[in-house]
Amino acid sequence: MPNLQDLRRRIRAVKSTRQITKAMKMVSAAKLRRAQERVTAARPYTIKMMQIFADLQRRAPEYRHPLLSGRDGEADSAPARPRVLLVVITGDKGLCGPFNTNLIKRAQEFLRENDKTDVELVLIGRKGFEFFKRRPVTIRRHHLGVTGSGRINFADVQQITGEVIADFTGEGESFDRVYLLYSEFKSALQQRQVVEQLLPVGRGTDADTSGGGATETLVEYLYEQPPDEIFGAILPKLIETQLHRALLESVASEMGARMTAMESASKNADDVINRLTLNMNRVRQATITREIIEVVSGAAAL
Amino acid sequence: MADKLQLEVITPERLALRETVDEVTLPGLGGELGILPEHTPLISQLQTGVLSYRKGGEKKLVHVSGGFAEVLPDRVSVLADVAETAEEIDAARAERARESAQRQLAGGEGDAIEAQRKLQRAITRLELAAQARK
Repeated sequence: MPNLQDLRRRIRAVKSTRQITKAMKMVSAAKLRRAQERVTAARPYTIKMMQIFADLQRRAPEYRHPLLSGRDGEADSAPARPRVLLVVITGDKGLCGPFNTNLIKRAQEFLRENDKTDVELVLIGRKGFEFFKRRPVTIRRHHLGVTGSGRINFADVQQITGEVIADFTGEGESFDRVYLLYSEFKSALQQRQVVEQLLPVGRGTDADTSGGGATETLVEYLYEQPPDEIFGAILPKLIETQLHRALLESVASEMGARMTAMESASKNADDVINRLTLNMNRVRQATITREIIEVVSGAAAL
Repeated sequence: MADKLQLEVITPERLALRETVDEVTLPGLGGELGILPEHTPLISQLQTGVLSYRKGGEKKLVHVSGGFAEVLPDRVSVLADVAETAEEIDAARAERARESAQRQLAGGEGDAIEAQRKLQRAITRLELAAQARK
């Protein structure tokens, strides 16, 4: 029989835990709102970028660029063992339910699916890095603290993009494809792990998915610089934009996941407290009953 | 016939500016571009510099760094990496950036081209901040 003192202590402990999870839930909710605002704020830029890119593709369909698909003449001259780079965006912190685990699982799945290729990883976020550093995979680079504060610094995005592009176009040991794995923000309750091809940039496909922004205006632009040159300048920016959006969505997802996790943790704490209280009352009642019996039987014996 | 221009300055992080204006001057890669309403559709790369626009009798300045401009007869959209209106610029921070860039250049450490660019940005922002104070 557990004693009364212990039960009281446990109830107190669970109550203070509940307080913490409740506070974390509130904080995540606030951060989630801000993250969502940032996703929205980044949208006009993405749409405009896609629009200009689509127009450029239309205007210069024959133009070849190392970052566009169909380099080295044609794609069918692919080497026997292509080299693939997978950029994985996870969170820096835990306590957000299955958020990081799901991403890591998806990454492992990707590794299994692509066991005929040499996959190397670029890990953004502490959780992914901590998992994979003890595993037999090749980690090309890792970045910590990019999503940590819930804000995305565009300079970080530019740096990461620059390195990825250098890997892709680099002399000799360049990669054939670059994929991006991140958590897409559907709602606070729902996140989806998606794998997107980052490089080479597909022709047309990107513009089609940009939400119709590309089709509405087909204006004949005057180009201040030759289209080729603008093309060359806009491609890295397009990738930056893609990565930036992925990071923003990832932050929003993480906050959403944490909010949900903390919500259920608080509920759980409520249940535990109820159970413990019931238990405690029972123990107390049992003690009282026993004492009464002792008194009564003591009196009867007189 | 539109007699005004919709000016939008967009960065990846936010919509920095949205105004109805009479005239825009862009820091194009090949030199300054003056844009009036009913301009032919045009796309240009931009260099780090000052974008200025006129609204009524007022002239305002915005610091932009890198990016593109899309010009339509009734609209100018600027896609920049960084954009700050003159009022937003933190003069003290720009001053520090200028000093650090100069040190980098003098010491020959790091990427000289990057340092040069940084210096250029800092100087532009300082000039703007000075004008905004007047």
